[in-house]
Amino acid sequence: MLDRTGAAVLSLLASVGAASVFALRAIGEAFVPPYELRETGRQLYELGLRSAPLIAVSGMAVGVVLSMHTRASLERFGAEAMIPAGLALALVRETGPLTAGLLLSGRIGAGIGAELGAMKVTEQIDALEATAVDAFRYLVVTRVIACVIAVPILTTIMNFTGMLGGFIAESAATGMSFGLYLERSFSLIDLADYVPATVKTMVFGFIIAVTSAYLGFTTESGTEGVGRASTRAVVMSSILIIVANVVLVRLIFFIFPGDAG
Amino acid sequence: MTEAAHPRTQRTEGRPAAPAVRLAGVSKAFGARTVLDDVSFEVPTGCGFVILGRSGTGKSVTLRLIIGLLAPDRGRVFVHGEEVNRLTRAELSRVRRGVGFLFQNAALFDSISVGENVAFPLRRHTKLPDGEIRGIALRKLESVGLGREYDKMPGALSGGMRKRAALARALALDPRLLLVDEPSAGLDPITADEIDELLLNLKRDGGATLIVVTHNIASAKLLGDRLILLHEGRIVAAGTTDELARSGEPLVRAFLESQHAG
Repeated sequence: MLDRTGAAVLSLLASVGAASVFALRAIGEAFVPPYELRETGRQLYELGLRSAPLIAVSGMAVGVVLSMHTRASLERFGAEAMIPAGLALALVRETGPLTAGLLLSGRIGAGIGAELGAMKVTEQIDALEATAVDAFRYLVVTRVIACVIAVPILTTIMNFTGMLGGFIAESAATGMSFGLYLERSFSLIDLADYVPATVKTMVFGFIIAVTSAYLGFTTESGTEGVGRASTRAVVMSSILIIVANVVLVRLIFFIFPGDAG
Repeated sequence: MTEAAHPRTQRTEGRPAAPAVRLAGVSKAFGARTVLDDVSFEVPTGCGFVILGRSGTGKSVTLRLIIGLLAPDRGRVFVHGEEVNRLTRAELSRVRRGVGFLFQNAALFDSISVGENVAFPLRRHTKLPDGEIRGIALRKLESVGLGREYDKMPGALSGGMRKRAALARALALDPRLLLVDEPSAGLDPITADEIDELLLNLKRDGGATLIVVTHNIASAKLLGDRLILLHEGRIVAAGTTDELARSGEPLVRAFLESQHAG
């Protein structure tokens, strides 16, 4: 029993160590030429642009629901006028980044895990190497860069579509004009709310890409392994995003003490 | 069998030319399982070299060591005189550009068309204009009888066609050395013969060095100037087809007879 527990712990530590080396290698190689600009562009399209509809629709739905909840709460205090500003603050500072991160860990994480896993078990990664192409740089670094760029942009899209959803709900409830809604939405927000929270999502993008690429690259056991890699990519990157979010929010409050208020 | 399996050498300006491939005392294990144990052989330039053996005897591992996809635990691997595992990434890339690798399951990139698979190495490693790259890729596909399949996706091809397309990709950069892993695996006898013929023509007309892993004796006889038989990670026999046929080594006889029976 003790042996088995010890072996499991050692195996876990070995995996964490290997994944950490993998992540550090991705960071190191991202800054060293030659840059795979064409493939990075293709990944920006595949992982970024093609995720935009999911993010936009989800953002709008989140905005509608948040607005309804906020109205239900603020009505009790006669503070309905604060709904647009409260919603915008909630979206920009936390709900947008975290929801986008988790949604993208599902779409992008599963995609990268399955694609690289399938390439691994069908020897396509070896074929890349045999064709004198650095498979790590071509497959991993390009996806990491694409995710680090795309996730903050997608988060911003989610923030705006969330506000749009909030306007739709408010407009239906009170007939508020779009101009007034926008004015009230941005009445309390400044760059210190937007920038740290959005920059935070670059870390989410890095976590999604590195975790799922690592699991894809280390896939074994044929098609069953591909399915497992895909599922684990989503689960692991979601957990890591949630945990990283706690640390990053604490860090933001430490660096920007005014934000805590 | 730990010394050179082929004594033939070529001389250039009084010095013997480096063999296309040389393994010296190579061992490789995965966990507790030893796959190769102190294996040494030389493959002269232009030779058809066949590695025979049952499944799991280290044949494919040998090919992967040659191209640097795996590193040996002990021993040294040379390709055209350069020690593969001491090369920098850029040097290894240069060596790999001179080597074609036909994978057992073709390993075509399934997100791009058949033609783009063949064009891929040319796009990566040459500065040729797009039209010329497409022309070369098309000619390579025509040479394996797939000229009409340029725009098809790999998933739309049969097993034999995929293998031929993979051969065209392996030949895209006109490599001096071609590594072939189980050319007839999973193919019907007629398609397998077609692949063998393509490889034979490549060696005969193109002067390329072939290293072929197989357990098919018919393929081995056709393609092999020299053969080695691997068993439990060691070379148990080496020589020409006739020399192996005359071997008194029980494992060699058992292998050859089981093949004939099959």
